[in-house]
Amino acid sequence: MLIWIPLLPLLGFLINTFAGRRLPKAMSGGLASLAMLAAFGVSVVEVAALLNQAPGGRELVQTVYTWIASGDFQIPVTLRLDPLSALMILVVTGIGFLIHVYSTAYMHDEPAPEYARYFSYLNLFAFFMLLLVLAANFIILFVGWEGVGLCSYLLIGFWYQKPSAADAGKKAFIVNRIGDVGFILGVLLAFVRFGTLDFQRIAAALGPLAPEAAFGAVSLIALLLFIGATGKSAQIPLYIWLPDAMEGPTPVSALIHAATMVTAGVYLIGRNAVLFTHAPDVLLIVAVIGALTAVWAGMFGLVQTDIKRVLAYSTVSQLGYMFLAMGVGAYAAGIFHLFTHAFFKALLFLGAGAVIHALAGEQDLRYMGGLRRDLPITYWTFLIGSLAIAGVPGLAGFFSKDEILYRTFASGHPWLWLIGAATSLMTAIYMFRLVFLAFHGPRRVRHDHDHDPAGSHAHAHLHDAPRAMGIPLVVLALGSILAGYIGFPEMFGGANWIEHFLEPSFTAPAVAESLEGAEAAAGAASHSLELVLVIVSSILALAGIALAAQLYLKRPGVSARLAERFPRLYRFLVNKGYVDEIYDELFVQPVKSLSDNVLWNSLDTKVIDGAVNGVGTIVGETGGVVRHLQTGSMRAYALSVLLGAVLMVGYYLWR
Amino acid sequence: MASLNHYLILSGVIFTIGVAGVFLRRNLITILLSIEVMLNAVNLSFIAFGRFQGSADGQIIVFFVITVAAAEAAVGLALVISLFRHVETLNPDAYRQLRG
Amino acid sequence: MLLTFLVLAPIAGAAIIACTSGRREALIRRTALAVSVVEFGLTLLLWTRFDGTSAEFQFIERRAWIPAFGVDYFIGVDGISLFLVVLTGFLTPLALLSSWESVHDRVKEFSLFVLALESAMVGVFISLDLFLFYIFWDAMLIPMYFLIGIWGYDRRVYAAIKFILYTMGGSVLMLVAILTLAYYHGAVTGMPSFDLLKLYALPLPGWLQFWGFLAFTMAFAIKVPLFPFHTWLPDAHVEAPTAGSVILAGVLLKMGTYGLVRFAFPLFPDAALYFAPYLAGLAVIGIVYGALVAMVQPDLKKLVAYSSVSHLGFVALGISAMNVQGVQGAVYQMLNHGVSTGALFLIVGMLSDRRHTRLIAQFGGLKKVLPKLTTAFLIITLASIGLPGLNGFVGELLILVGAFRWDPRYAAVAATGVLLSAVYMLWMFQRVNYGPVTNEENAHLPDLTLRERWALWPAVAMCIFMGVAPMVFLKPMEPSVTRLVEQVHRNQGQQVRILPR
Repeated sequence: MLIWIPLLPLLGFLINTFAGRRLPKAMSGGLASLAMLAAFGVSVVEVAALLNQAPGGRELVQTVYTWIASGDFQIPVTLRLDPLSALMILVVTGIGFLIHVYSTAYMHDEPAPEYARYFSYLNLFAFFMLLLVLAANFIILFVGWEGVGLCSYLLIGFWYQKPSAADAGKKAFIVNRIGDVGFILGVLLAFVRFGTLDFQRIAAALGPLAPEAAFGAVSLIALLLFIGATGKSAQIPLYIWLPDAMEGPTPVSALIHAATMVTAGVYLIGRNAVLFTHAPDVLLIVAVIGALTAVWAGMFGLVQTDIKRVLAYSTVSQLGYMFLAMGVGAYAAGIFHLFTHAFFKALLFLGAGAVIHALAGEQDLRYMGGLRRDLPITYWTFLIGSLAIAGVPGLAGFFSKDEILYRTFASGHPWLWLIGAATSLMTAIYMFRLVFLAFHGPRRVRHDHDHDPAGSHAHAHLHDAPRAMGIPLVVLALGSILAGYIGFPEMFGGANWIEHFLEPSFTAPAVAESLEGAEAAAGAASHSLELVLVIVSSILALAGIALAAQLYLKRPGVSARLAERFPRLYRFLVNKGYVDEIYDELFVQPVKSLSDNVLWNSLDTKVIDGAVNGVGTIVGETGGVVRHLQTGSMRAYALSVLLGAVLMVGYYLWR
Repeated sequence: MASLNHYLILSGVIFTIGVAGVFLRRNLITILLSIEVMLNAVNLSFIAFGRFQGSADGQIIVFFVITVAAAEAAVGLALVISLFRHVETLNPDAYRQLRG
Repeated sequence: MLLTFLVLAPIAGAAIIACTSGRREALIRRTALAVSVVEFGLTLLLWTRFDGTSAEFQFIERRAWIPAFGVDYFIGVDGISLFLVVLTGFLTPLALLSSWESVHDRVKEFSLFVLALESAMVGVFISLDLFLFYIFWDAMLIPMYFLIGIWGYDRRVYAAIKFILYTMGGSVLMLVAILTLAYYHGAVTGMPSFDLLKLYALPLPGWLQFWGFLAFTMAFAIKVPLFPFHTWLPDAHVEAPTAGSVILAGVLLKMGTYGLVRFAFPLFPDAALYFAPYLAGLAVIGIVYGALVAMVQPDLKKLVAYSSVSHLGFVALGISAMNVQGVQGAVYQMLNHGVSTGALFLIVGMLSDRRHTRLIAQFGGLKKVLPKLTTAFLIITLASIGLPGLNGFVGELLILVGAFRWDPRYAAVAATGVLLSAVYMLWMFQRVNYGPVTNEENAHLPDLTLRERWALWPAVAMCIFMGVAPMVFLKPMEPSVTRLVEQVHRNQGQQVRILPR
């Protein structure tokens, strides 16, 4: 049964690929959504079956066929459903379905073949993503990993005639590939070290061992895998592709670049939690990179004017949170945040999409404002999403974020906690800057007609999201409120159900029980600390919202004055830290110039081919000298024959 | 009774006449004839050797040489004729197109 | 008799065409295509009758040819050569189809040469006698020389001569080594022999292994081509007609790596293990170098040619690793590269048929104009990048596993090839197909014709099939590969002195 979960979207993809251009739009969009709904249904059934099993040993396994076998290198297509992947498939199929439905309305202006192409890509993405989270070994995971990268490439560049979109797609793919080099090497090393690539067997092999004190093979595997994760999950130094990826259609940003694909790196670490636990040095690196990414990306989110780019930097920042959690060993907290984030970030992107849809393509915050009255559904749902991501008590983000911050502090990293808390403040500021600029205040309309003639026209009669877009928004808004309660902290008398549910996925099969007991004891001791931290971060969130209200609602001039006051800092932030430019100067241009000037036009054509042609020239020149012996006179040839004969005979006679 | 040496000397003399003909005459047909003379000089020495060794091998080889000579004469003359049609002279010094 | 028939069928077809009047072009084209399709059917028949559980040579035929020198007509296939024969059968009809529109001049001779080439290629893969092998090896050059030299583009004569001299330069060394081997066999056993199986069994002294391996490898390295013997390839590819490029990239390059697997490594096992690190060094340099140079090529065909240098570097790396995964991956990658690069050349040919240029800068926005062609182009591009689910991934993964087990440093460098291939292929793909249609001449190009679809879709389908179900190929291959690896490592215990004093 498990195989049907990814197979149903694949079926949708095949139908839309081969018959899509002949189907009416409602059919192709409906089919794709239906495939997702069916996959969601199967997922629910399977997860229910999983929940019926005894805690601790919950898993469903299906081996489909042997994909690759060569000597002892055996790669079966095996799917394994355990608590971690159960959570993931529900997110992917559930939120995926909502986004499919939303897309049927959002993409309605596309002609039928393009529309079918869009949905076929979306289904294909779901197939690969489900394969990724259900995979039981590294190679099948890698198939999904690369597959979602491909779909991301295709969907970012969906409007391929726009050079910026095509560029962004290519950039995403290539930056991801940089990470993939690390990933592949990590997998190879894991195979050599463990003789298997099955996650469970690797965990079982590591279970009895103590964590590596020095940086050894296991740490190297973990580090290489983490490099892969930084690519896919947009962490420093490979985060640069995600903001550009906003060139794709907005539902794609919601599905791939917020809710699912970009969290694959976090999932990868969660999936290999035992491995990472055995590599404490690498865990520290993960935590530091996560924290730095969180604050670094948050900074740029503060000044971006493109509504989607603000959300993109916010995604990078939130992913940083998740890595921070993974890095301090709070795997369940990281995955919990992944889960809640999927709801509110998908909601925010879809809300932004509804705004863009209503404004006929306008994405610049400077030309929005006052949309609250015209787009009530969008406004209220967007507000809920913003409150959730800012960490306002009671909403989803609050529980997961505070869990991460508390675990960071409790694990003995007060500095990382401080960075996380600062990021939390920034999150509240940039999110509500966005809310206030887009929905509050006066309407600002773009005046340069050359730039967007259609847009200014459409501003006249705004309409709120149609039903196919509104319903997903409302459902996601509900999710953004409620999703947090599956991890209701024990401090408030909750059960923190999610943590206990996920725990077996993060421990080696043999040692699961002993660890659980120890952690429960450690958790009970510090409820008072947790409470203090929760209060601090709640205050930060509210302070951030208040500050945003001051800057962008009450006194709109202040932010401009701040920018004038610190021009260099402002330019630094607006230009996204010049990171793209630095990479270009440091890597792209030197490689291009090396390849073009040194390797091709010097080494290849001059040195190597020069040597080859040189041999030819030498032969030719020699011939040019020797040819003068050929006089063309028959008599001379006869004479030389005679002389030769005389010489030979003479040699034998007088020897 | 003539000894082997007599035959060989005669053969040498005829051969030298042939060589001289090849080098001194300025007519392609004469040159071809001179080559025939050289071949026949060699034939003579073959037969002489065969006779004095009491074996038939010499004569067999001569038959081969005569056959080849006949073929050579046929091809050679045909070439000479077509060359003559082309350049309208039989002087070998006129054919220098193959100079390197 | 099946194998003999495989060699003779295309030649027989060529003979029939030779008797046809050159003016009946349509008839000649159809006959040639029919012959090549029948040949492909025969190779498939060979596959179905092949026993995939056995490591031994099968369908063996042996007839004394020149008994005094120990030369036999000795042919047979194992799991390694079987698929290369099938690949040859698969690509030749596609190559003929691709030239349907683009070759109008001397169709008769063209078809004749392609079929003769096919015979020689099949002969190379099935020869088990070194003398016979050498004859096929050099016979192959002649039709290829004419294909490039007559039906090529502007600098075709230069390219054809460069191709043939480069290759001959290597073959001459190999000929010397072959003769030395046969002579040495005579010196040891009293009877010279060119029989490959007998020579496998003959223990060779260090000096002979040293020079023999060098001579053979030189010939094969040029053919592969390994860095720095690769500069004939871009010229030959750029100037060759589409059919020539397809066969050149698809089959001829594999002769080099096939030669390494079949001859150089098992004949001179100790020297091979001694030289393997150097060979792997050239291979990984080739991977990175080919990719970097491909990145900056303005000409589509040159780009694909340099990408071949990079891909074949992977194959050579897998062979150097000389373990089951490495060699199996290498053989699989030969097939993959044959299909996907063959298809790439088909596509480039179709573009250049339409626009009479191969410069990337002349294209742009073709997806809008040629949606079907672009779809095929995308799949082939992704296969070439090594995307999982398509064929290239399986080969590259196995090669990397094999190389990593042998020496992780080479695998680490080779893995960057995975990144670089994405860079140059996607960049090229984007410049050709994405963006607005900037050049007015591109605005109204016709999409794939039926004939082009028949040439292209089989290759695309193969790319997907080989990516999803690689075991169909890997399984019959494995016993032969395992035997080969064991054969090369047989002497590992006792030291044979390799370096000549």
